[in-house]
Amino acid sequence: MKSLRIALVLGFSTIILFGVLYPMAMVGIGKAIPHQANGLPIEKDGKLIGFENVGQPFSSSQYFWSRPSAVGYDASSTGGSNLGPTNPDFLALVQGRIDTLIKYHPKLKVEDIPVEMITASGGGLDPHITKQGALIQVSRIAENRGLEVEALNQLVEEHSESPFLGLFGPSDRVNVLKLNLALDELAANQN
Amino acid sequence: MNTEILGVILIFLLSVALAWPLGKYMVKVFRGDKTWSDFMSPLERLVFKLSGIDPNQPMDWKQNLKALLGINIFFFLFAFIALAFQSLHPFWNPVGIGNWEPTLAFNTAVSFTTNTNLQHYSGETGASYFTQLLVFCWLQFVSAATGIAACALLFQGLKNKTGSNLGNFYNLMMKSCTRILLPLAIVLSLILTINGSTTNFDGLQEVTTLEGETIQVAGGPTAPMVAIKQLGTNGGGYFGPNSTHPFENPNYLTNIAENIAILLIPMALVFAFGFYLNRKKLAMLFFAVMSILFIAFVAISVSEEMNGNPAFTEMGLAANQSNMEGKEVRFGPAASSLWGVSTTATSNGSVNSMHDSHTPLSGGIFLLDMMINAVYGGVGVGFINFFVFVIVAVFIAGQMIGRTPDLLGKKIEAREVKIAALVVILHPLLILVGTALASYGIVQNPEYGWLNNPSFHGFSEMLYENTSAAANNGSGFEGLGDNTQFWNILTGIIMLLGRYLPIIGPLAIVGSLAAKKPVPTTSGSLQLDSPAFGAVLISVILIVAALAFFPALALGPLAEYFTF
Repeated sequence: MKSLRIALVLGFSTIILFGVLYPMAMVGIGKAIPHQANGLPIEKDGKLIGFENVGQPFSSSQYFWSRPSAVGYDASSTGGSNLGPTNPDFLALVQGRIDTLIKYHPKLKVEDIPVEMITASGGGLDPHITKQGALIQVSRIAENRGLEVEALNQLVEEHSESPFLGLFGPSDRVNVLKLNLALDELAANQN
Repeated sequence: MNTEILGVILIFLLSVALAWPLGKYMVKVFRGDKTWSDFMSPLERLVFKLSGIDPNQPMDWKQNLKALLGINIFFFLFAFIALAFQSLHPFWNPVGIGNWEPTLAFNTAVSFTTNTNLQHYSGETGASYFTQLLVFCWLQFVSAATGIAACALLFQGLKNKTGSNLGNFYNLMMKSCTRILLPLAIVLSLILTINGSTTNFDGLQEVTTLEGETIQVAGGPTAPMVAIKQLGTNGGGYFGPNSTHPFENPNYLTNIAENIAILLIPMALVFAFGFYLNRKKLAMLFFAVMSILFIAFVAISVSEEMNGNPAFTEMGLAANQSNMEGKEVRFGPAASSLWGVSTTATSNGSVNSMHDSHTPLSGGIFLLDMMINAVYGGVGVGFINFFVFVIVAVFIAGQMIGRTPDLLGKKIEAREVKIAALVVILHPLLILVGTALASYGIVQNPEYGWLNNPSFHGFSEMLYENTSAAANNGSGFEGLGDNTQFWNILTGIIMLLGRYLPIIGPLAIVGSLAAKKPVPTTSGSLQLDSPAFGAVLISVILIVAALAFFPALALGPLAEYFTF
């Protein structure tokens, strides 16, 4: 009887402390910094157009493309491909992505394709590509938008992020959504 | 030097630097010394009073074990009922998610009770806010605290000159929650929120993309839950793909913080052992043995991932590229490998890259890490597992020099060695029998279609799932279609045995050691804090793992490696 009382009371009181009060308190504190607590949303003309760190699918020839995604950038049901490195289906998929890139960028050489542009991320929402991944797309966008190649290269350069504190982690990343927003702005100013 | 490698070194060094003071602090909490967190004591006293617990009542190992198992049964029952009838508690369920199939509810309830966090469901589509918080978030605290408390009981048992009192499980468990896990979780949660991890109850939000498409983005109280899943070696993510998701792990800084959180308490407990028993030199030796294995594993995994996939070079891609399938650009291959080794070493099980898509040797290292399951190890239980290896090593070293083995002034005799041997054998038994059953099942019935990858890699998927369950890890080669009755029941049973027997066995050992009369240390005693014993210890760990698991590893990751 005694141990039943202990199990029930200790059990339910820890549920209240750590299952209710702790998360509620953290959400409460989050209200003080709503922009961050809501996941860094980006709004344009009063409409929610995305989140800074959540990648979006870009398929039109007007925009820089994101990485391939195993879930098509579906942010309500995320995930990776979980395909192994020797799986023939996986290698065929990668070959298909190489072919697509070459098709839309006729001057592109296979050895210049950075690996992230032909592989899917773990969460399916990777917001970044490498600088090289953006640069190989410049010619296509310049042609489709009637913009200068030089101006676009410059834009990519400006959006290239350095490692954490300049010392730690991968260098030369580009946030595709931010880059495309800047691209729209650049195009609007030119016309 | 490569900035990615520098990042890896930074994370490791910061973890060690933070674990040292934390270890000191934890010892104060275990002993009940004065600390800054004493303001929690009115709250703790209230809970003890309501539940009729006397936190100062001394208990021997059997009474403590009864207390541990009793409260764990409550954990399981509450979780099972809440999951199986999820639709009946409609509040905090904005998307209206339904009841769970019984075997999935069983598997998940076991999984979170045992600190495993194997997830056969996907967070954002399968679990309501109620479930995420009142079941998962709660269990991530108390299951971790169960492990820490068990470890503190072990420390006391080893410290006892004579006497069977190991301390009070309820007291240790509650204080592990309120004074160790909670303050750390609050700090980490704040770091995450500030960096853009969602901390709200907004459900799905509609986004209109630049190209005019409408997409739904799931948010929720991510930051507080991610904080405790990292700290308590839980690993059960808020979202399906865990810390690869931008809301769980928004940038490189949060990745540093989360990776440190994986290692922090497991490392601190090794130091705590030294402070608690006043055997700092011995604790340093244990830490060195673990770290040698850890660093070797990290080095192999990082170099394999940075060398990339040879099959890509054959397609004409530049040869110096890394393996990025299942990885995020913001973390890169090196930080993904470090995380992979950290999470499998400590039985955390969270991921920041998809382990299924790692190159064969890197995936093999993750498997080996879980097969050893004592390199830092899960909160509390990791040190307990390591202690079992120490008993075996003491026994073997004693045999080699022809003396009765003794540990910390107590004789190790037949009873202790028998229990330790059984616990050591249990782990390969669970993994290999489980894998054999699964392999038989899929070969006889290919229509089950569990495997996402053919051939050797498919075998690795099944081996990984069983290993992860037995090690109470919770990560997966997630391509495996594991939400079937077969997998739910099989891994549920493996998790239960893999959790409780390795706690019961060592507690029985210290229970019997604690009651023994101390033997005087003489020049003939085995010197534990010497490099020679360290070498014996590493050999014992590697030989046990290699002998038991080499055939299975040869059929999976090694065979796949040689197909390149």
